[in-house]
Amino acid sequence: MSEGGALAGTVEVRLGASLRSMAGGRQSFPIAAPTVAALLERLRETYPELAPVLARGVAVAIDGQLYRDAWLQPIPEGAEVYLMPRVAGG
Amino acid sequence: MTFGPEDGFEQVGSRPPRPDGTDKVTGRALFGADLARPGMLVGKVLRSPHPHARIVAIDTAKAAALPGVKAVVTGADFPSLARDQSVQAEAEENLWDVARNVMARDKALYEGHAVAAVAATSAAAARRALKAIEIVWQPLPHVTDVDAAMAPGAPLLHNDLFTAGLDEKPDQPSNVAEYLKIAMGDCRAGFAAADVVVERQFHTGAAHQGYIEPHACLASVSEDGRAELWCCTQGHFSVRSMCAGILGMELAALRVIPSEIGGGFGGKTTVFLEPVALALSKKAHRPVKMTMSREEVFRASGPTSSTSISLKIGATGEGKITACEGSFRYQGGAFPGSPVSYGAVCGMAPYDCPNVMLHCYDVVVNRPKAAAYRAPGAPMAVFAVESLLDEIAARLAMDPIELRLKNAVEQGKSSIYGPSFGPIGFVECLREAQKRIAAAPAVAAHQGRGVAAGFWPNYGGATSVALNVNADGTVLLSLGTPDIGGSRASMCLMAAEELGIPYERVGAIIADTGALGHNDTTGGSRVTHSAGMATIEAARKVVAAMKERAARLWGIEADAVVWEGGRVRPSGANAGRHKPLSFAEMAALASRTGGPIAGHAEIQAEGAGASFAVHVADVEVDPETGGTRVLRYLTVQDAGKAIHPDYVEGQYQGGAAQGIGWALNEEYVYGDDGRLQNPGFLDYRMPVCSDLPMIDAAIVEVPNPGHPYGVRGVGETPIVPPLAAVANAVSRAIGVRMTRVPMSPPRILAAIEAGGQAP
Repeated sequence: MSEGGALAGTVEVRLGASLRSMAGGRQSFPIAAPTVAALLERLRETYPELAPVLARGVAVAIDGQLYRDAWLQPIPEGAEVYLMPRVAGG
Repeated sequence: MTFGPEDGFEQVGSRPPRPDGTDKVTGRALFGADLARPGMLVGKVLRSPHPHARIVAIDTAKAAALPGVKAVVTGADFPSLARDQSVQAEAEENLWDVARNVMARDKALYEGHAVAAVAATSAAAARRALKAIEIVWQPLPHVTDVDAAMAPGAPLLHNDLFTAGLDEKPDQPSNVAEYLKIAMGDCRAGFAAADVVVERQFHTGAAHQGYIEPHACLASVSEDGRAELWCCTQGHFSVRSMCAGILGMELAALRVIPSEIGGGFGGKTTVFLEPVALALSKKAHRPVKMTMSREEVFRASGPTSSTSISLKIGATGEGKITACEGSFRYQGGAFPGSPVSYGAVCGMAPYDCPNVMLHCYDVVVNRPKAAAYRAPGAPMAVFAVESLLDEIAARLAMDPIELRLKNAVEQGKSSIYGPSFGPIGFVECLREAQKRIAAAPAVAAHQGRGVAAGFWPNYGGATSVALNVNADGTVLLSLGTPDIGGSRASMCLMAAEELGIPYERVGAIIADTGALGHNDTTGGSRVTHSAGMATIEAARKVVAAMKERAARLWGIEADAVVWEGGRVRPSGANAGRHKPLSFAEMAALASRTGGPIAGHAEIQAEGAGASFAVHVADVEVDPETGGTRVLRYLTVQDAGKAIHPDYVEGQYQGGAAQGIGWALNEEYVYGDDGRLQNPGFLDYRMPVCSDLPMIDAAIVEVPNPGHPYGVRGVGETPIVPPLAAVANAVSRAIGVRMTRVPMSPPRILAAIEAGGQAP
């Protein structure tokens, strides 16, 4: 049961290619979270090895769509979820 | 799925004149240096003559005592900051680094590094004061080349810089700020499966964004600590954050007003003069205006990285890429933060490659701190990747577009950086380029045709707009994203489209930091996407307000009122028979139906869509001089939906022109003394109109589902392919693979004379 009472299935959170070497080589982290905010918090609690990745600041890609600062974004059950470096530009 | 007039757009996709056009062509537009205040002082910066030197002592007493001098500041006048304090500028930046770049403490890290500044009643008095500042220097060994900076025994810029990202923390400091590995699949197996493997070393010079308007600002700090700052910038909210952070101010105490901007291209996403002008104004109790000379722009603003790249790619005999392995070494100037990892990712992003191993090194050298330049980091990596793909195509006697089509990513395929792609237009761009190449003239002797692709992911970001309806039915849109590429015209078109009123009835301004909520910086190709989303949302709120007021006027339910063709009208069996009211009529009734009507939107725009491009360059090389003439140039790029096609095409053409300059001529040239040899447009040779052919721009439209109109940002991607496209064309023209840009005539002559393996 997630915060707020909504059921949330487990998703496999994968690391974007440029982040993998920062988390000891592990690429996939199962977690149950209804939103991006809950996802980041639970990843921090559950997987201490992700601390360097999360401290760097990440964006979250859900089903191919990149979310840079969307803590309230829902995460559908079974979604493809990646942690990514934050994009800037010129 | 396509959008266009046939899909119901009335105005989006048309090409009306830009709202700021008349003022710009008549000289009325106010740029950074055009502003003035009563009692204003002139600020000037004293810069290091040394590429690397310890500041043993600074004595400003004689300067401060000179007639007309009202304030002198050095690093000691700025607050101390925590080493790990960060600030959200365009990207997250280390504020300690930004502050040290603005004004040196302890050490000057590059020639041109600011070490003191003065404010005086005239420019002459300020210059005299600079000469009177006495500094005791201890020159230190320097290094400006990225490979030399990584070599054992290289002069160290920062004794506390230990390479991050290694499995074990090193016990010695170095100039490598960070190591990052991008790994996927099994490269050894990938290369074993390849029928052709190519491997080369590449180098790219540091280029400057080349904006015409030098940095300029005017600061006025009041006795109660509140301040106003006028400046030319791509992001006045970020300027506020950085200045407030550096000077220890509250955000509410600083109001930043953006001027018109004479080009930025990423180079105006940070601060240089602004905190200094504020510090001088605070000390002098007078407004202080500062402008950079062109020489200062070159020596002390933020050019791009120079790079050194080793790359190997393997492919099957059918042209399917099997593996890619390489090392990317980017210098970010005197502080960490080169865009190496994004560059490396962008290089292979257009292709479906199962086995990848990329080693990325962020390196510091005694050069100005690098700033963003359109698609930061990508053009250099793409130069390497697309050069090797061209060589593979030649070895396999395969059409270069066909090779890319065999490997192109498309919807549902995984990207090199992880997630699967949504709808993207890379294949469509390749097909369009293929069609146009088929219709182009064949290349002759000493001529070559080069093809290259490019990619940028784009992003959305924090955006806030306000849309005010006037009593005469006109509308004024307040935006917080400085207009660097015609975005006001695009916003006006989207507002007009939503409201059903003529484009000419919508005005737009760039509002200051006191008028709107936070806006992220203009950059990353985010504005047409994110400010467009916010504008559409604000306009829809205006429509909702008009429907609600009409319902109350008519005494019917709100859901019995519909918006149609820019009018409210009753709809439904019980709605009654009321005369429809136009937008202008509802605007005129505003004061009698509840007061002013306005819409606003404050959003964190997400849903940005990646933009892919394909460029084709036809060049002719003079074998006697090594000079290159660009005969024809084609850009094809996915815009999702081109809101104002003129400004989309302008982005394509401008990026191509800048990339051609980078490919052929532009480069920071350093002497052995560590000093920049070419800090001016005579010696830093940018292409002008007479150097270039008409650049053909073909807009592909594969809508981005993350935007209500399908928009993709288009500003970054156009500079990604040109280095490679031109290099591939030159290499095919001379029969020698060019691996270093810029490909200046002496370098091409040397390559021809040295011979080499034909592509």
